[in-house]
Amino acid sequence: MLEARKITVSYDHRVAVAAVSVTLKNGEATAIIGPNGAGKSTLLRALNGQIRPSSGTIVLDGEPLERLNRRSISRRIAVVAQEAELRFPVTVLEFILGGRFAWATNAGWGWETDRDLQVAHAVLKETELTELSGRLMNELSGGERQRALMARALATEAPILLLDEPTANLDLSHQATLLSLVRNRCDQQRASALVITHDINLAAQFADNILLMQHGKTIHSGTPAEVLKPHILQEVFDVRVLVDAHPVTGGPRVTPVHETHRQEKGIL
Amino acid sequence: MISTASNVVVVSANRVTLRKTLVSCAVLAVVLLFAIVVMSLIGSERLPARASLCAIASLGTSACGLSRDQFDILFQIRLPRILLAAAVGGSLATAGAGYQALLRNPLAEPYLLGISNGAAVGTMIALIFFGANEWMRPLVAFSGALIATLAVYRLARGRAGATPERLILAGVIVTTFLSSVIVFVTTLMDATRIRSFTFWLLGDLSGTSRALLPVAITVAVAGALVLTLHARSLNLLMLGERDAFDLGVEVGRVRVVVFLVASLLVGSSVAASGSVGYVGLVVPHLARLSLGSDNRISIPAAALGGALFVIVADTIARTIIAPRELPVGAITALIGAPLFIYLLKRA
Repeated sequence: MLEARKITVSYDHRVAVAAVSVTLKNGEATAIIGPNGAGKSTLLRALNGQIRPSSGTIVLDGEPLERLNRRSISRRIAVVAQEAELRFPVTVLEFILGGRFAWATNAGWGWETDRDLQVAHAVLKETELTELSGRLMNELSGGERQRALMARALATEAPILLLDEPTANLDLSHQATLLSLVRNRCDQQRASALVITHDINLAAQFADNILLMQHGKTIHSGTPAEVLKPHILQEVFDVRVLVDAHPVTGGPRVTPVHETHRQEKGIL
Repeated sequence: MISTASNVVVVSANRVTLRKTLVSCAVLAVVLLFAIVVMSLIGSERLPARASLCAIASLGTSACGLSRDQFDILFQIRLPRILLAAAVGGSLATAGAGYQALLRNPLAEPYLLGISNGAAVGTMIALIFFGANEWMRPLVAFSGALIATLAVYRLARGRAGATPERLILAGVIVTTFLSSVIVFVTTLMDATRIRSFTFWLLGDLSGTSRALLPVAITVAVAGALVLTLHARSLNLLMLGERDAFDLGVEVGRVRVVVFLVASLLVGSSVAASGSVGYVGLVVPHLARLSLGSDNRISIPAAALGGALFVIVADTIARTIIAPRELPVGAITALIGAPLFIYLLKRA
């Protein structure tokens, strides 16, 4: 379990995250939504120990994060960030085996064990990348690379997954596959996930809790039904929205209503 | 279970393993030894092969029929020079591989980034202030290289690592700044030393120093070992500092290790032989091309390959217009510059 208690993060005297609390419980998926610049990615970086909060504490399985060493954190928290540029030719398999680094007994000059390879093979299959395992990362499409990033995070076998817009480059079918992978980890292996997304409907369908952020602060947090209310969203995103029930899941469904639509169709 | 096992074999087929690393390095080591022996026979004074081999095999305890002069040429001139060439080549190639991982850019090279110039300024300062004390040269050169490395790192680093344009620009700035420092210091020297000094700046192994040879060899071996022992961290660092951090690399510590080791390697080789260019670019590139990007194999292979490359280049430099000599840096640049242009066009 990962818990942030009233953490504040500032860069050069500018407050990026202000007194935000969030708890990632085992078996639950949480989505963070909010406009650009709301402090979502900064919060994620702080939860992983990359940025130290100026006040507040982050607790991982009952221990303050700053007291844990890097490798023991990486065995428990995996991050899927937006992709970095690759200038060296690395195969998909080599890339994914990078996720096993924190488990190596000899971190500097260790070699992958059979277990490492088994794990890599399993996640290649889960992310439908088995056939691409020998290809070079920079020959892949954006969507394939995004899946490789996901596969590497899964290869860490960390029970806590932090994902920063993991579906940005994916087509509809792979979006669904990826989110069901995350959901399965939560449901079957009692993992917890935190997903930053701009897709509110995706968040509504997939997350147990939603954290709505703006200007570094928590505006609302709770179940999708509690957070996704028209007046709340209108205030934060500055756009009129229509919220109705999703025909299949019954959960909230959010549709932005643009000015042009209103004028053309004469509605609202 | 059987299907899992066979799948694992398929998955591991295109991957670097300990076995592949050991075999590749053993082959390179044998070729290197062979080159050391053969190149010691070649030169303006041709040495009889059989007698020389016999003398080398006895490690200099028996002359094996070589004349006094031939024996001295072999053991006092050629072998020390070849061993220094090996140490310098191994150092520069290892340092290049280290800088490339650190700056996340295959174009990083100590000479092109101005780091060799930093070490050269350091060597000159040691020459002026501690003249006779040869030991001070690699030490002050190391400090010079370290300062230049930090400057390049600060100038070149962007959010997404060092882009090629930014990196080269940073290198040009540091190189030109330090070149003018070198010019300034050179004018303070007396005229007789300037010519030998210009030669040294281009990378010259003819002034092999007895005192610095063991230093250069020790630093080369130790540096290659330390970086190889961090190879798995460097593999992840190559993909980005953030990713490496997320996956469990103590980025800050590894970065300091690479800074120190690479600067030490450049410092000791420049103090011994001046700025031999492009070795750190050509050799790691060839290592990656033939063996893959995994630093666990490419760093030790680059170290051995760098030694081989500079031994061959120096043999060409001292024989091609014999009895006169070229600085070895002229030969390595002749090979390296076209490759650099090719890599730049691809980047």
